[in-house]
Amino acid sequence: MPDGTSEFGIGAKVLRKEDARFLNGHGRYVADIARPKMLEAAIVRSPVAHANNLKVTAPEDSKGRFFTADDLSADCVAPIHVVSKFPGHKGSDYPHLANGKLRFVGEAVAVCLAETRAAAEDMVAATGLTFDALPPAIDMIADAEPGAPKVHDDWEDNVILDSRFEENTDAFKESAVSVTRDFRMNRQAVNPLEGGAVLAEWDAREERLVVHSASQIPHILRNALCECLGLSQNQVHVIAPDVGGGFGYKCVLLPEEIYIPWVAMQVKRPVRWIQDRREHLVTAANAREHHYSVTLHADSDGNFIGIEADIHVDSGAYAVYPHSNILESTMAGRTLHGPYKMSAYKVRSRAVATNKPPIVPYRGVARPGICFAMELAVDALARELGREPCDLREQNLVPVEAMPYTTITGGEFDSGDYPEALRRARGLIDLPAIRARQEAGEDDGRQIGIGFGCYIEMTALQTSAAARAGLAAIPGYEQAQVRLMPDGGLEIGVGVQNHGQGMETTLAQVACEKFGLEIEDVAVRHGDTATSPYSTGTYASRSMVMAGGAISRTCDVLGERIRKIGAHLLQCDLSQTEISSAAVTGPSGSVPFAEISRVWYRNPEELPDSVDPGGVEAVSGFRPEPDNSPFSYATHAAVVAVDPDLGSVEILDYVISEDCGTIVNPMIVDGQIIGGALQGVGTALFEESNYDAEGQPLSSTFADYAMPGSTHLPVLRLDHLVTPSPLTEFGVKGLGEGGAIPPPAAIANAVNDALREYGVEVAETPITPRRVLTAIWKAKQSRLSSVETS
Amino acid sequence: MKPAIFEHERMSSIDDVVQALANADGEVRVLGGGQSIGPMMNLRLAQPDKVLDLSRVEGLDGISEAGDRLSIGARVTHARIEDGEVPGTTGAYMQFVASGISYRSVRNRGTIGGSVAHADPAADWPTALLALGGEVKVVGSGGEKSIPLDGFQVGPFTTGLGWDEVLIGFDLPALGPNTKWGYYKVNRKPGEFADAIGAVIIGNEARAVCGATESAPFRVFDIEEKLSGGATELSVADAREILSGHDAGFDDYELQIHAVALSRAIGRAFA
Repeated sequence: MPDGTSEFGIGAKVLRKEDARFLNGHGRYVADIARPKMLEAAIVRSPVAHANNLKVTAPEDSKGRFFTADDLSADCVAPIHVVSKFPGHKGSDYPHLANGKLRFVGEAVAVCLAETRAAAEDMVAATGLTFDALPPAIDMIADAEPGAPKVHDDWEDNVILDSRFEENTDAFKESAVSVTRDFRMNRQAVNPLEGGAVLAEWDAREERLVVHSASQIPHILRNALCECLGLSQNQVHVIAPDVGGGFGYKCVLLPEEIYIPWVAMQVKRPVRWIQDRREHLVTAANAREHHYSVTLHADSDGNFIGIEADIHVDSGAYAVYPHSNILESTMAGRTLHGPYKMSAYKVRSRAVATNKPPIVPYRGVARPGICFAMELAVDALARELGREPCDLREQNLVPVEAMPYTTITGGEFDSGDYPEALRRARGLIDLPAIRARQEAGEDDGRQIGIGFGCYIEMTALQTSAAARAGLAAIPGYEQAQVRLMPDGGLEIGVGVQNHGQGMETTLAQVACEKFGLEIEDVAVRHGDTATSPYSTGTYASRSMVMAGGAISRTCDVLGERIRKIGAHLLQCDLSQTEISSAAVTGPSGSVPFAEISRVWYRNPEELPDSVDPGGVEAVSGFRPEPDNSPFSYATHAAVVAVDPDLGSVEILDYVISEDCGTIVNPMIVDGQIIGGALQGVGTALFEESNYDAEGQPLSSTFADYAMPGSTHLPVLRLDHLVTPSPLTEFGVKGLGEGGAIPPPAAIANAVNDALREYGVEVAETPITPRRVLTAIWKAKQSRLSSVETS
Repeated sequence: MKPAIFEHERMSSIDDVVQALANADGEVRVLGGGQSIGPMMNLRLAQPDKVLDLSRVEGLDGISEAGDRLSIGARVTHARIEDGEVPGTTGAYMQFVASGISYRSVRNRGTIGGSVAHADPAADWPTALLALGGEVKVVGSGGEKSIPLDGFQVGPFTTGLGWDEVLIGFDLPALGPNTKWGYYKVNRKPGEFADAIGAVIIGNEARAVCGATESAPFRVFDIEEKLSGGATELSVADAREILSGHDAGFDDYELQIHAVALSRAIGRAFA
């Protein structure tokens, strides 16, 4: 355990090492990299959601600068093919460039190359496309049924995977109170500041393909390039330079990451593709779309009996590499219970293929939808029972004395005090004061409401779960390479990728904790397959747990080698030495790391004969033992004001009480939570990728796609519980995604609380003014008609 | 998102602009601050053959007051108006409007003339200036003339500007110190284009404008009559009733938010 004595170790408020380059504009992204004789690529994309008999006419004079699926297949480039091990899963090819059939608007059809992007876009405009349009599958519920337009002709229907989770269903008979509701979380786009970006060239000297990509998973990208292009691992070098945010969008393979490198090999010149925002909003409209029909059962005292649900997840047209297209539907089906104890469970969850972009695991992965459905059902039950929703939650959360806790579907909660997080959030937001304020009413005619959202987040996906799903990337022992430099500093290589999380700082803090180094003496290198250990990359809130754990374990190995040299120089026994303040200390004094390095690198004649020839550089690894995931959790509480004339929602106060285990850097933890929460506000109130009945995207610029801004959150009030995980080094738990999970639930519950006198329940995100007003009017109308009939 | 090929011509005088427009072969667009036409060209929604850049033309960035009239040049930026360069009550009204247009870097470049000539129904100036009343000053092959703001915008992105004419500025009333004004913009986030605008000015005459419609902003004479008659408030229900008599193509939600905008604009005017 950290003892808090290291100035730059675990728990220290260290300023980010990355800040200097980012704040001074010295970051280097793919778009900042130019190569001699580089060509720019623009992509011809499908203008329709569904069609067959695609025929492409190249622009005039485009020979050698225009490529289609025919060129790929002539060169035997293999398509992406992701299959799950779950029984009944329907697999399909994901062609890099559309081949005969078009399956969503924005699907890549052809690559145009020119000296400038503008000229390449001219070629796109001059490309001819003919096809026979087909009726599209757009509605995941209707199109899950037989007779719907089929996204994949050789499938029986559009259901990719139909999962059923049933436990102890007899107990439903015990229920005294039940509420049934439908909930919908609409599709949205993942919006990192930087979109997709690829620069590829064949390096004739190194005899390998060099690919720069804005990726969260450089090693997995290398695997995919080898599999699709038939290259050996030694022939592919992937570099992820500075990456401007990812949020999951960049932890899956983009087709461009295969076909741009292939095109570069054909033209024997560097080729660069920089995704623009319209391209992004159309092709990356790929997250969150869930529908839930939920019945929550309780006894007359409000103890949850269990939950029944029918879940649909719109998974889009294809399965993405490596995480497939069933991650969301299976997670939603298995963990709809959230942080609550219950004794019965009956959930059906279907992943449905539609003519939309393939779903990707956006920050929070399925849990924003799960939390939205469960938490709104809890509030509906509280209204039914006439209970304070907060009290009903407290009564049903898994209590601290039950930890570790096995959930009804077999999950393992490792540690934590879930009710305490709720109690602290309730105290901070001052529930009684809000209830009193509601009694008094508002001078401006607005309605005030308070809402809570509790969640659990399984962080750092474990080996067995990924293996059970048969994912194309299964995380095992994460590794780190730690090297004592000739001047006594440390260089650390990791395979996870930093794209804004501050990992160059937090991972360095682990080494500072172990060795008592100063933060500037530790450099963290990542994002380059040529220099870092293999890793499945950055996703699933895993990097601090896994790479941090790996650095800690590797420092143990390296520390012993350093101590051996130190013991020799101090003329004492190894057992008499220890490391602190970047020095080996023994009974007679201490030897700084710089001195150890001098001897190893510059004056090896001073080394003892018994020295470990492995030197002052080590690779080792870490995985939670046993192979389980640490669970983070939190309660979010929101106070909102609803304007009943405009339907607008303002967040007046927002409180988060969370537990991510041991905190490595308090400022970075707060930053991650705040950023995540604002993205959650986007899901709750703003962001929506709209489609018309033909499957045409209606939200293809930021004029039509509303992003939340800094004015949409009040100053967040954060509160931290610290329950170290028994599974991990230092007791850390994953943190990156959690902030984005409960805001839709907490905000919707607050809106419904505000509008309870109107008899209104919103049940769909984003909660737009139009939806709020429509709900108010509908409730009014149904009251009127019920008065008339009575 | 790169524009199709086009010719960029930096103009040195209004006469050159008029001549270039008169001799135009293909589509020609006039470039003010470029904050609307720029993105539209990047999206290839606009593909002009030639762009006539006004940035070096002299005499378009003046602000002057003479008696009860204000003259404002076409190239005056939103930022200068936000910073209070327009004097008096008219200036205060315009300052309020300008400060709600997009964000500062757009206001630094975007111009009032460009906004009115572009005539995006969701933009602020077409509605705000119609409430003010006054005239648009234009120069064309036939020389200089004035067109009343009433009726200047005829539809979405369509004005009374002739194909060979260029907008050079505005002749606006300098409102008296006792003039009441109110402006209410409904949008999802600060600075965004409007979903609805209500603008009212009650001085020598009362003017009330419903803006951010599917088409041109329009004056609401029934409301003006009430205001002239001494009304100092208007309920949302009454505003809905009045607006539903206009053929604006509103659905129920749009009718509601435009009614609220007008009701609250009046509320602000008399607050």
